[in-house]
Amino acid sequence: MDFELNEEQRMLQDTVRKFANDVLKPKAPEIDKSAEFPHDTIKKLAELGLMGVVVPEEYGGAGFDFLSLAVAIEEISKVCATTGVIVAVNNSLAAYPILTFGNEEQKKRYLPLLTSAEKIGAFALTEPNAGSDPASMEATARLEGDHYIINGSKRFITNAGEAGIFIVFAVTDKEKRHKGISAFIVERDFPGFSLGKHEDLMGIRATANCELNFDDCKVPKENLLGEEGQGFKIAMHTLDVSRIDIGAQAVGVAQGALDEAIRYAKERTQFGKKICEFEFIQGMLAEAATMTDAARLLVYRAAYLKDKGVERFTREAAMAKYFASEAAIYASRIAVQIHGGYGYTKDYAVERLYRDAKIMEIYEGTSEIQKIVISRQLLR
Amino acid sequence: MKIVVCLKRVPDVAEAEVKVRPDGSGIIDDRLVFDINEPDNYALEEALLIKERVGGEVVLVSLGDEKVEEVLRMGLAKGADDAVRITDPRFSGLDGPATGMVLARAIERLGYDLILTGCMATDDGQAVVGPVIARILDIPYATLVTKIELGDGRARISRELEGGLLEVSEVKLPALFAIQTGINEPRYASMLGIKRASKREIRVMGGSDLGITEISSRSEILRFFIPPVTKHAEIIEGPPDETAAKLAQLIKEKGVL
Repeated sequence: MDFELNEEQRMLQDTVRKFANDVLKPKAPEIDKSAEFPHDTIKKLAELGLMGVVVPEEYGGAGFDFLSLAVAIEEISKVCATTGVIVAVNNSLAAYPILTFGNEEQKKRYLPLLTSAEKIGAFALTEPNAGSDPASMEATARLEGDHYIINGSKRFITNAGEAGIFIVFAVTDKEKRHKGISAFIVERDFPGFSLGKHEDLMGIRATANCELNFDDCKVPKENLLGEEGQGFKIAMHTLDVSRIDIGAQAVGVAQGALDEAIRYAKERTQFGKKICEFEFIQGMLAEAATMTDAARLLVYRAAYLKDKGVERFTREAAMAKYFASEAAIYASRIAVQIHGGYGYTKDYAVERLYRDAKIMEIYEGTSEIQKIVISRQLLR
Repeated sequence: MKIVVCLKRVPDVAEAEVKVRPDGSGIIDDRLVFDINEPDNYALEEALLIKERVGGEVVLVSLGDEKVEEVLRMGLAKGADDAVRITDPRFSGLDGPATGMVLARAIERLGYDLILTGCMATDDGQAVVGPVIARILDIPYATLVTKIELGDGRARISRELEGGLLEVSEVKLPALFAIQTGINEPRYASMLGIKRASKREIRVMGGSDLGITEISSRSEILRFFIPPVTKHAEIIEGPPDETAAKLAQLIKEKGVL
């Protein structure tokens, strides 16, 4: 068993780490405060090939594997979780389902737009009344001539405010329950599409999280992704993949928080000693480091299974996402604790990391849903 | 324009805690992160910029074991055309001048119009390899270069001197320039560049390819050590007005004011 990244993965890691430290880190507190989508850095990330890491070169991507994508998202999220999830959504929630379920024309039309960040991608599954239970969604799509007519709304959609391409799920046959859900590629300027409420988020604040409204929205027939009734399957398979990347984002946050905590514990003096000499502090650091490493190994294993072409890695992806979000929350919590009063101010990054971490056990399947997914696989 | 760039792989010690081996023969580096020598990174970028302006090719050269291939490969990923690793059991642990000699022999065989190096290596700080290469090849050179403008068979260069002074000179090509940091903004490798570079074979040249049968350093490092911490600091305690007065008095006593 090999625990080392290969040469191209190491080069990717090295490059993304440098870019993250030089370019993303100084901007992270700024965009957290303003909640303004970081278009300029996303453009630069696209130029480096990070908006289409696993997309093949022929569609404008970099052609790397899923482990590389996880490593990239981890490195970005170490310094900026907002940018981490913007990149994750574009890669695994928008480009990936088009790459996997799209026809040749859809791939040729949409993937280069996403990989170049000419258009940002978003994934519209959640609704005001359908979160953990997406099969109960209310949005509908009916075929009329050459168009599907979509009605309904979607809520808490990352990137939505600035996105140009949306993977939208809607019911085409109510009788069939989740087998009556279909997926569509919707462009922002399709008639009947509009943005709703902009969410003012606690963390990952510059992710343009927004509500979507579909009012007789006309979507060309050829923008059906996969076949009618395949939508739920597409959503579940896509989430299996994207959970690896949310896991990677959480590992990044955990590592970022741990690094800050270690640095501060070695600097700060109380009772005439560096606080890292106190066993309570040492215990917190040891626990957070162990959780972070364990989370990383789970994330890398899930990515490795995907790269190996294993058909089902649902359980491993859920474990990775569930445990990594726990690690992110724990590490950021102790990082704030170790910083004491300073950690509760916006002068230190740990306060932001703590707020950013919370979403990781909510979106793309709450921790409770992950546990259901895992146990269902265990008890099959 | 054929531009040869010399790259060195060095440990990144800027933020790391450096520990010396018990016998003082060097630093413990198994936990350190290695990277391209920072001034060399600027030299590489300058070469790529010149190539983009006037055309030609950029060839990278590094002396060392397989590990130096990672910096060569990163250079290829950023856009260099070719990379050569020079290695030979006789070349390990050479001092700066001997390293310069080996590199000069290799560059002579590769051919060149312009040679760029970093102005110094951040690990040993010798700043000698560039000038030695130029002397052996008998070409003009300049150090601490902060600007290069190429003309017909000549280059106009700026050098950064102490006190904010800039020197502009004209140098006949072929020449060697040792590049100062800050001359440009080094690029990041693109993922596609990395993908392609990771599959590239890196050419290897040994002593026999260079016609070097014997080489030795003329200087030897005896030991490394971290100087013991001494107590020269005086902590002045008390309320601000008293400490300020004491500080002012001390500064006067030491003759600073």
